[in-house]
Amino acid sequence: MTLDMAINLQTVLFFLFSVIALGAAIMMILHRNPVYSAIFLIVTLFALAGFYVLLNAPFVASVHVIVYAGAIMVLFLFVIMLLNLKQDPSRERGKILRRAFASLIILILLAEICVLIGGSLLTGNSVAATPPIAGLVDGSADSTGFSGGTAAIGRQLFTTYILPFEIASVLLLVGIVGAVILAKRKLTS
Amino acid sequence: MPLVYYLLLSALLFGIGVAGVLLRRNAIVIFMSIELMLNAVNLTFVAFAAHFKNLEGQIFVFFVMVVAAAEVAVGLALIVAIFRVKQTVFVDEINLMKW
Repeated sequence: MTLDMAINLQTVLFFLFSVIALGAAIMMILHRNPVYSAIFLIVTLFALAGFYVLLNAPFVASVHVIVYAGAIMVLFLFVIMLLNLKQDPSRERGKILRRAFASLIILILLAEICVLIGGSLLTGNSVAATPPIAGLVDGSADSTGFSGGTAAIGRQLFTTYILPFEIASVLLLVGIVGAVILAKRKLTS
Repeated sequence: MPLVYYLLLSALLFGIGVAGVLLRRNAIVIFMSIELMLNAVNLTFVAFAAHFKNLEGQIFVFFVMVVAAAEVAVGLALIVAIFRVKQTVFVDEINLMKW
């Protein structure tokens, strides 16, 4: 009975987060003001963090909130306010032909994805139902020993994936140096 | 929750991101749409990780976040540098490389 209730709660939360994520994403690309776009993107990112918790990945969820909704979006808002963009909706309006072409490409892409997912759904290989995830609340391992916990990820990250981890640190250093040099120097036109 | 719902949701989010890149002309909003696409793919990774009870998907998401953070820092610095020269972030007016 508790398992049934957990599944229902998961379903309700899934659809709630879906509506929030999709609605905020659509508002993000439709809103004229880039500050509002950034804030709607933050809403989408928080909804995505909710999905990560639902998927038994608390480490990814917390890192997602800290890095994306925290650091990266603050950087976006900082740059938007630094540039102090003037509102000019006329420059936002592309040519009709190009907009129609863009919409066509988007529709084709979505149709492709739907056909792919629907096809695998019909043939029924491996994308069927997921068994309900145990340990959703306390983060403990379920019957198969799977745990999305921080300890398991840390162990993997510092043993199997130690080389990619170190390379990632070098990449971040390169990113810092590149950003400082690009933003500091006055480019000659 | 069946995996296919998560796949459909992230496909829709990815499509919205593509729409943002193609329809908007503000370079910063285009950049935010790219972030949205990255996050849609991250959601797919975590959904598959939960479905196959395998941690590798979550670890890959970690590395995607690292790359995205570096990309945002460099990309926003580029936008600031371009703004200094051209006084605009609208991509229609940034056409130095077009001939």
